Amino acid sequence: MVSGQRGENMSKDTAMRAESIYKSFGGDQVLKDLSISVSHSELLAIIGPSGAGKTTLLKILNGLIEPEKGEIYFMNERLEFENDSDLKARRRMALLSQKPYPLMKSVWDNVAYPLRLRDEDEVEEKVSDALEHVSLLEISDRKASTLSSGELQRMAFARATVFEPDVLLLDEFTAHLDPYNISVLENAVDWYLKEKNAAVIMVTHNLFQAERISSTTAFLFNGEIVEKDRTIKIFDEPEDERTQAFVNGEMVF
Amino acid sequence: MASDILHVTLLSIFVSVSATFLASLMAVPLGTIMGLRKFRGKEVIRTVTYTLYGFPPVVAGLIIYLMLSRQGPLGSLNLLFTPTAMILAQMVLVFPIVTGLTMSSISEVAKDAKETAITLGADRWQTAKTVLNEARVGVISAIMVGFGRAIAEVGAVIIVGGNIKWHTRVLTTAIVLETRRGNFEYALILGTILLAVALLVFFVLKWYQDKGVRT
Repeated sequence: MVSGQRGENMSKDTAMRAESIYKSFGGDQVLKDLSISVSHSELLAIIGPSGAGKTTLLKILNGLIEPEKGEIYFMNERLEFENDSDLKARRRMALLSQKPYPLMKSVWDNVAYPLRLRDEDEVEEKVSDALEHVSLLEISDRKASTLSSGELQRMAFARATVFEPDVLLLDEFTAHLDPYNISVLENAVDWYLKEKNAAVIMVTHNLFQAERISSTTAFLFNGEIVEKDRTIKIFDEPEDERTQAFVNGEMVF
Repeated sequence: MASDILHVTLLSIFVSVSATFLASLMAVPLGTIMGLRKFRGKEVIRTVTYTLYGFPPVVAGLIIYLMLSRQGPLGSLNLLFTPTAMILAQMVLVFPIVTGLTMSSISEVAKDAKETAITLGADRWQTAKTVLNEARVGVISAIMVGFGRAIAEVGAVIIVGGNIKWHTRVLTTAIVLETRRGNFEYALILGTILLAVALLVFFVLKWYQDKGVRT
């Protein structure tokens, strides 16, 4: 469809794509020639060992870090990585990090915050819906800084989805949480994906989680996508031996 | 005597609140930018700012005096021995304190708050506002410390104000005078009022600290 496409197939359903991304930190090549795309209603898991560049990739997709080379397209619009020029695109995606930062406000005002940034209407209704979905409505008056880690992550999920982003980026979003919170959050992601026809990219080193909830999986190793396929395929019969080793819990070289 | 005290007290409040307000108007944005950004020479500016915390009030008074005296660069403005001169002198003392303390409290929350704001769709202006609001406890403490320095200071206002009755006499300079005259009781009353004024202003600021602003 677009000339100069490399590797990644493009369809009209593509919500977001990265093309030939390079990024290094202090001489350390974190990402090299990385291309990947995600479509609406797709939950793409990116698995890989620690230090593979997973978080860096998400921050680049979110416009927080500028890559040295390569391009990011959001709904076919190229990100400029200039302060406010990406605002329109940035306002249609959300990043949920491993340790969310609670703004010094109540739970309710934290969730209302992105709506107020956008001057949206019906704030009351949207906030209470979002809080309801993660079972936090009863404690919406509490200060966000007093929440437990599970409650905090659930609040952060409500805050990241209340403005109905088209693309949701999840960075190890259930690491260190108990089974109850993990299941609430996974169900919430699943619900959001189906309800809003959203595209989700989930970065994780939890293989069980990737297998459990993703539709496609990509294996990121040494800054490159080694393999990307349907999740079942990646876990049952991967093409690359490094993928095979990783999903079997072996050391990858 | 009661009208004496009232005038002196109101002038004290007017001079120090104005000085703190005007200095903060420049110092808070400057401290915010310095806390948010990385630039060359940041460490040097930080060290200079910290050094200026201890800037002697009499020296500040002397500098403003020289600038405002007839032969000075701003002599034509005829500001020497006026409340305006006193405000200027106190601003010199307040400015580095508010700038430096704002900068440190912004730096503390900057990375997380900034990233959270941007990720949730804030533009540049909204991001700065959010970070400032997250750091408000520290920023308002900075303004409190600045005001505390201004209201308690005597060296600068006595040089540039001249302690003129009904004109430039404030609580601190009145205390100096009354103590010299041996009116210790009167001086103590003035001292108590000085503490009460400081307490009142701190309570107002504390209220903002707890409440915060909407972003």
